[in-house]
Amino acid sequence: MSAVTVIYALLFYIATAILVIGVARKIFIYARTPQPLKIPTTPAPTTRLGVAARMVREVTVFESLFKSNKWTWLFGWIFHLCLFVELIWHLRYFTEPVLFFLPWLQWFINFTGYGMVVGLLGLWGRRFLVDRVRYISNLSDHLMLALLVGIGASGLAMKFLFHTDIVALKAFFLGLMSFSLQPLPADAPLLVHLTLVATLMIVFPVSKLLHAPGVFFSPTRNQVDNPREKRWVAGWSAEIDNTKKAAG
Amino acid sequence: MATEVEAPVLGEYMKVPNIEPDSMVGSKPYVAKPDHNTPLGFPGELVDGWEQKAVTKLGELVSQSRALQVFLDSCVKCGACTDKCHYYLGTSDPKNMPVARQDLLRSVYRRHFTFAGKFFPKLVGARDMTKDVLDEWYSYFHQCSQCRRCSVYCPYGIDTAEISMAAREIMDSVGQGQKYTNEILVKVHKIGNNLGLPGPALANTLEGLEEDVKDDTGVDVKYPLDVKGAEVLLVTPSADFFAEPHVDGLIGYGKVFHAAGVSWTLSTHASEAGNFGMFVGSSANLHKVAMRIREAALDLGVKRIVVGECGHAWRVAYSFWNTLIGPFDFLDPRYPVPQHICEFTYDLIQKGALKFDKSANDDKVVTFHDSCNVARASRMGNMPGGQFVIPREIIKATCNHFYDMAPETIGEGTFCCGGGGGILTDELLDLRIKGAMPRMQALKDVIEEHGVTHMAAICAICKAQFTKIVPYYKLPMDMIQSVHGLVSKAIVLNAKE
Repeated sequence: MSAVTVIYALLFYIATAILVIGVARKIFIYARTPQPLKIPTTPAPTTRLGVAARMVREVTVFESLFKSNKWTWLFGWIFHLCLFVELIWHLRYFTEPVLFFLPWLQWFINFTGYGMVVGLLGLWGRRFLVDRVRYISNLSDHLMLALLVGIGASGLAMKFLFHTDIVALKAFFLGLMSFSLQPLPADAPLLVHLTLVATLMIVFPVSKLLHAPGVFFSPTRNQVDNPREKRWVAGWSAEIDNTKKAAG
Repeated sequence: MATEVEAPVLGEYMKVPNIEPDSMVGSKPYVAKPDHNTPLGFPGELVDGWEQKAVTKLGELVSQSRALQVFLDSCVKCGACTDKCHYYLGTSDPKNMPVARQDLLRSVYRRHFTFAGKFFPKLVGARDMTKDVLDEWYSYFHQCSQCRRCSVYCPYGIDTAEISMAAREIMDSVGQGQKYTNEILVKVHKIGNNLGLPGPALANTLEGLEEDVKDDTGVDVKYPLDVKGAEVLLVTPSADFFAEPHVDGLIGYGKVFHAAGVSWTLSTHASEAGNFGMFVGSSANLHKVAMRIREAALDLGVKRIVVGECGHAWRVAYSFWNTLIGPFDFLDPRYPVPQHICEFTYDLIQKGALKFDKSANDDKVVTFHDSCNVARASRMGNMPGGQFVIPREIIKATCNHFYDMAPETIGEGTFCCGGGGGILTDELLDLRIKGAMPRMQALKDVIEEHGVTHMAAICAICKAQFTKIVPYYKLPMDMIQSVHGLVSKAIVLNAKE
């Protein structure tokens, strides 16, 4: 087995472990931390079902961002949608036989790689062109965009310019999943692509990418507006005992 | 002092300004003295080793609040909030952009509590807790009115109000409190209201109101105080007892109760609806101030609690009271607890129980300012958005001429008056005038388009702030109205007796 194969096998085992454990740990922390008071941003739904619908709108069509800024919304939404389709599409390297619905995405895949990169470049452009956004951008914000653009661009390069041996690639990943190493095609665009993806997986739990699990735990979005109807207590507010004081 | 301060010039329409770094770095409120701190459980002055103590407190607060935990991690610096804060729009200081304000605290959180900030501080903009950072906190966390406008537009619902409350609590915990809010909290703990009005002064004021109303209408409308066994306890901001135009609102509440034939009372012990404990993020003080209302309600044996016109007070009452001072099993379950005076009046209007002579307000063309805490942190009625519908329906029932301001400046997108969140103090007048700019722009537009002459509000702070700052925008201070001041003018009383 070549050194490249071994190195990338180890890299993906480590990256997967960091991603899964890191994000699970954060989700655990979010779930465990109490929210002592009711703070939904109103007008807010008054039922659980309504909150679920609000959350679905928030994560599918980015409702709040749409209200806020149409350009950021447009670029952000295009990027996320294309990334999502690409992620699903990439399941074909991890499933045998491939999931039944994957062929349906075939046509979209002609555009999603470009969509990702265009969306990212639009978002990146704002960091240079809008003085307010330039002011709030840290080096890490630029690097994150560079990383994602790199992933998109190297993917596009393989799809349209330098084809890689995807049968062998699939064998490699299926092998990883069953702990039997298969050779990885050592093409430069592929190795760049895989390195960047592994990097993204590794930084995910310690970076702003935590917005992905975070949004589901955001109290201003996930709380039901019913404080008068149902007494809410959690954390320090659960320790309040008014019955004694009231008697005095 | 006031003469040095100039209002921004209003143009044809509001422009998002280019950033002018540090243009407001000098704006800061007076620091609290030991007398204002120790009664609240805070150290008298900046303690030794405050840097470490502040960091420890930050860790504690984050571990106790899912909101902080999620908000500090999730921001992606997308910039959606950068043009949403009235203080940024009015001052051009980039640290008044919500994300930049949050970053003042987030940078310290990252440095001490995250992997990236511990090992790569430069990369993610992480900073140690230093005197410079504390000074910046003190300045810019007192340039936030906790109005939550940013939280409407953030794709993750990050609410800068939560961050600024936490920062203020950390500063209080190391002895760097703010004089205005802390002095008021001491007063409310000791006397029962923010203004420090003792019982006899209240009784005197209310007697005076009864005489005024009698002279005015010929009807014996009562303004009762500490009456045991009354049906309703009315808790209202203490500004309603004497400030203009607040007191017109109080007169209006009394007339509505009178017309409805519902017995009611005010309480000396709970003579304040406002709760500055929220502004400083102190759960202990928030709870302690709120407890006075539970105690008064039990002591007087009332069946219902109604809250007067006050924005942050209504947030605390609507969203937090049940948690802080509930359960309310000793009150009449047929009514919401608490109930807003506007809900109370609106119900009566719906039932046809109130009579109005709208022509009494024909000298006015009215617009309505949605107060931030009512708009974005509470509700009225039984449907989402009732807080926008109900006050407007009351105005329309009492006035012939009503026009709304531009849609993006009202409702959930309403602009803060510029004086909320514990900064309604004279040394911050410059900030308050500039922060009011977006609202003044929208007001100017309806004045020019519809000939609007009056702006009504349902918040003691909004009314006080506007009355003070509209003259700087060359508008008359008496154009600011209480919604129940309009009710008071138009209501026809003799019918029910």
